[in-house]
Amino acid sequence: MRSQAFLKVEGLAKVFPASGGGQPLTVFDDIHFSIDRGEFVCIIGHSGCGKSTILNVLAGLEQASRGVVIMDGREVSGPSLDRGVVFQGHALMPWLSVLKNIEFAVRSRWPDWGRDKVRAQCQKYIDMVHLTGHEHKKPAELSGGMKQRVGIARAFSIEPKMLLMDEPFGALDALTRGVIQDELLNICAETHQTVFMITHDVDEAILLADRIMLMTNGPQAKIAEIVVNTLPRSRTRHEVHKHPHYYRIRNHLVDFLVTRSKEFASAVPADYDSRHPPHVRPGLEPDVETARDGERVRPLRQTMHAMS
Amino acid sequence: MLKSPSLRSALISLLMLTVFLLLWHVATQPEHQALEGVSEEYAALMGGGAQQSGMPGPLEVGRTFWDKLSDPFYDNGPNDKGIGIQLAYSLARVLSGFLLAAMVAIPLGFVIGMSPVMRGALNPFVQVMKPISPLAWMPLALYTLKDSSISAVFVIFICSLWPMLINTAHGVASVKRDWLNVAKTLEVSPLRTALRVILPAAAPTIVTGMRISMGIAWLVIVAAEMLVGGTGIGYFVWNEWNNLSIVNVIFAILMIGLVGLALDAIFGGLLKLVTYRE
Repeated sequence: MRSQAFLKVEGLAKVFPASGGGQPLTVFDDIHFSIDRGEFVCIIGHSGCGKSTILNVLAGLEQASRGVVIMDGREVSGPSLDRGVVFQGHALMPWLSVLKNIEFAVRSRWPDWGRDKVRAQCQKYIDMVHLTGHEHKKPAELSGGMKQRVGIARAFSIEPKMLLMDEPFGALDALTRGVIQDELLNICAETHQTVFMITHDVDEAILLADRIMLMTNGPQAKIAEIVVNTLPRSRTRHEVHKHPHYYRIRNHLVDFLVTRSKEFASAVPADYDSRHPPHVRPGLEPDVETARDGERVRPLRQTMHAMS
Repeated sequence: MLKSPSLRSALISLLMLTVFLLLWHVATQPEHQALEGVSEEYAALMGGGAQQSGMPGPLEVGRTFWDKLSDPFYDNGPNDKGIGIQLAYSLARVLSGFLLAAMVAIPLGFVIGMSPVMRGALNPFVQVMKPISPLAWMPLALYTLKDSSISAVFVIFICSLWPMLINTAHGVASVKRDWLNVAKTLEVSPLRTALRVILPAAAPTIVTGMRISMGIAWLVIVAAEMLVGGTGIGYFVWNEWNNLSIVNVIFAILMIGLVGLALDAIFGGLLKLVTYRE
């Protein structure tokens, strides 16, 4: 179905060897998914389901126990400049200024470039994340949001084929997060960047992602299903919640996180095939009252009630 | 009222110094004591009623300071050299031993810090060697190197080695994983990672190790030079003791303190330069 996919993940598993006489721990098992060029994919799941490990495997920083990752027709076997990473804790080098941090990346990507060309490339991405005027500040002089923006600018500055983001906004306050989400949305629209992102935030996923992968709880976590975001791509943070699909998708995601992520392992649907996790479009589903029984998509519960 | 706490501290320091100098002065005044029960003639035979205290007072020491520091570089043969020359000998030994130790300890510390296997392999040796008093190496050094001056340098080398080695290894081992991962995802070569990421990240710990090493080296050189003799501030102290010139010994002690302070200040400045705020 997706044979032309830009990124293909096949049969990925991570097993930690037994420690202290216990059983070996399979964090996740038999993970299959693919990402198209220019697509923004989010992955949602509870802590411990191995999301970060999957991201690290895609980045080439960690080895999977089984399975392969193929990007652009080539197997991923180690870190590469083709995949930019935005780390959870910004990972800026505190002894370097904003400019020098980005310069370090740009010089690594294009070692032959002259001083002016490097500077121009850095400035372009500093401007893009609206940090113009802060070039010579050290990370310690920046707020959390500004630091994370530098991290984003650094990842974009090497013009990677794919961007990997590990909960990039997790440590930010809601206001700052909103502003940076908007910026990220704009930058991705401009650059047609392919993105794989981990998040805990349901609203963030609906705003940013074209598809949202739902992971069940570990151990032996799986991708239960893939939610297709049916909201138009031109969505903005201020308008997104007014769309009729928004709450249907949101309820579906919250419902999954609250109940189904736990129950999935004990009640795997008969037609579930981990090689092709079902794609669902809750945005297009009729509301609760009209949902038919036995439908692939479970009836939407009163999620607010379930959460309390 | 004085608002600034540092100014107040300075004032109290000055006050304590004045009190100390006054007490010192009073305590070392020559005592006029009449010898009772003897005839004046006998008292004169016994050296007079006035006894000169052997301990010099602050005024005498001050005069010595002035004399010695106004001509620090004279050289009247092996047992009479200016204080500048003696200190220069000591500093030259300390610096050469220290630099040799840095050249060994920092690269080796990098290896130990980056490889847990090497850390495990070298740890027993470091643990055994570290508590050995550097002076215990002296006979071995004299026997193998057959030169007293080089032996002193070797003793400085061996005592500077461990703090730098341990700190470098610790600093390198505790470089944040994130920074190394950044370098990895940017396909930075191992050498460039070492120089551009690990070195600046570990620099504060490494410089702290150098500072500790330098402090120990300056402590040890005095004792080492007392043993090997010939030149240097340690030899000067011992020589003046043999001359029973307590005033020169006190002068030398204060100079050792001042030079040690200056050396520490240099490394303090260097540390400030490489320290980063997270």
